[in-house]
Amino acid sequence: MRAFQILIDGFAISALYALGATGFTLIFGVSGVLNLSHGAIMVAAAVAAWAAASILGVGTYAGALIGVGVALLTAFLTYFAVVKPIQDSRRIPNEEKEIFVLTGTLLWGIMIQELIAYFFTNNAKTVLPIVEGVVDILGVRTPTNEIFTAIVCCLVIALLWLLVNRTRTGKAVLAASMNPRGVTLLGLELTNIYIVVWAIYGILAGIAGVLLGMFLGVSSYSVGPLTASAFSIVVLGGLGSVSGSLIAAFVVGYLETLTAYLVSPAYRTIPALLLLVFVMYIRPQGLLGRR
Amino acid sequence: MAGFLTSRLFFVSLALVIIAATLPLYVSGYVLGLLTVAFYFGVFAMAWDLLFGFAGEVNFGPTFLIGVGAYTAGILNAQFGWSVYLCIVLGALASVIAGLVLALPALRVRGPYFGLTTLVAVLMLQNFVVVFADLTGGEIGLTIPDVITINAGANYWIALGFMTISAAILYGLSQSPVGLVLQASGQDPVQAGALGFNIVKHKLAAFIVSAFFSGLSGALLVFYFGTASVGTVVDVAVGVNVIVSAVLGGRRTVLGAALGAIFLIVAGEFLRPTGELATFIVSAVALLVVLFFPGGFLGAALSREARS
Repeated sequence: MRAFQILIDGFAISALYALGATGFTLIFGVSGVLNLSHGAIMVAAAVAAWAAASILGVGTYAGALIGVGVALLTAFLTYFAVVKPIQDSRRIPNEEKEIFVLTGTLLWGIMIQELIAYFFTNNAKTVLPIVEGVVDILGVRTPTNEIFTAIVCCLVIALLWLLVNRTRTGKAVLAASMNPRGVTLLGLELTNIYIVVWAIYGILAGIAGVLLGMFLGVSSYSVGPLTASAFSIVVLGGLGSVSGSLIAAFVVGYLETLTAYLVSPAYRTIPALLLLVFVMYIRPQGLLGRR
Repeated sequence: MAGFLTSRLFFVSLALVIIAATLPLYVSGYVLGLLTVAFYFGVFAMAWDLLFGFAGEVNFGPTFLIGVGAYTAGILNAQFGWSVYLCIVLGALASVIAGLVLALPALRVRGPYFGLTTLVAVLMLQNFVVVFADLTGGEIGLTIPDVITINAGANYWIALGFMTISAAILYGLSQSPVGLVLQASGQDPVQAGALGFNIVKHKLAAFIVSAFFSGLSGALLVFYFGTASVGTVVDVAVGVNVIVSAVLGGRRTVLGAALGAIFLIVAGEFLRPTGELATFIVSAVALLVVLFFPGGFLGAALSREARS
């Protein structure tokens, strides 16, 4: 009974983590950018969906769409207003661009977080779920919304896999992650590829944010922990490796659920952090990472 | 040219310190309290800049070193009632040990991985504080019975003196041959190693110095506040402020980091009437500086002087 409950809850959480971390790792893999405004973009999506559905009353589906749209816009804004200027800057030496991108996106994330707190307060917001009700799986009463979340996450990840591996654009993205110079030599504009990647990222983060808002609820305080959890999942799996972060997301998701059920919800994040430290010591490039 | 610049910088700094030292004679205790905190923050930022600007290591967890120093000093005082000065020294030592434990494995990895290891260290410390609430006061914070002094002016002078001495040592170190080797190993580790310098030893030394000053400053800060809490010395947000200060003031300048920290804290206070938007405005200004003046305040000033 309890084992099934852990299995089901853990799956939904893990799938959500996986979705959130995939976009994050994709951007790093292709353009070497660690986007520390990740959590802020997810929260922005959830809050936009909440505001559209609860304040404007546009309905849950339209609300969710608006949320994803807002995330897409914010992702583009992040790229064009923060990341691209730093990457193109001649005054910043190349070897320091990484830390400037980190600092820049971090500040940008704080700005988004503060704006959300200013206009929508710090209170936790739960987005109205698209599907309601409770179903019985193997004797565990599970909210339908939880199953919906897991299914959407898996579907989106499958779509992403198809996009990257089966379409021309996706193959260009993949090639750019392997060898950016080689891609430019083949006559593809690297900036266009980056725009595609940021668009994919924005949509993924948006969907993850809206689903998170329906499943657990968000507030502007979730920004930091969300970024940190995506960051640690991605590093555990290996920076830039999408399959690695999928595995890592499930490892972290189940570890957290197990700890929360069997030990105490207060210690939820500790085993995952210990595992992360352990992996960093014996295999610093992560589970499936390249050096 | 370099000699002229340093001497010019030296006289400006000296003048600023003298002016700052006379402040308690004519400003209110409120302003002094604000600047006291700002000065301790300045030391955090300078210690961080030594590691980033010179050794080229992005330490995302300055608050790990700060927090270990602060909590060690606070716990020893609160639990065992040891004297304030002993606790401060032990806090700094604990921070150095923590720095060693963190640096030995972390220096094996590069770039983002190093950054993440340090970030995880902060999260672990934060969890540790919450889990061992009996010892550390948990989320509410640890109340510390003793303080150095309750005189606002004296506290201010201690902070100013401490920052000045730290700045002199850290700046001197950064300009010394050791600092140059450090800078070389940060920029091109392979070449620096090929020239016969022991990179790991130098970086480790930088880490220890950075940890020492972070821990010392953290310990002094808790004895000024009279409490130690996650929100003031451990939280990732505090670490972010330290990093932003150093980048704002100008990386690789050491002294600029202190300016950045003072600016950040004073600006935050001036913007208090704007309420919740204060953090937004400070972050926006910092982002604009990062985008348009990547050298920071002092970096921009120095390069202008170098041109003229």
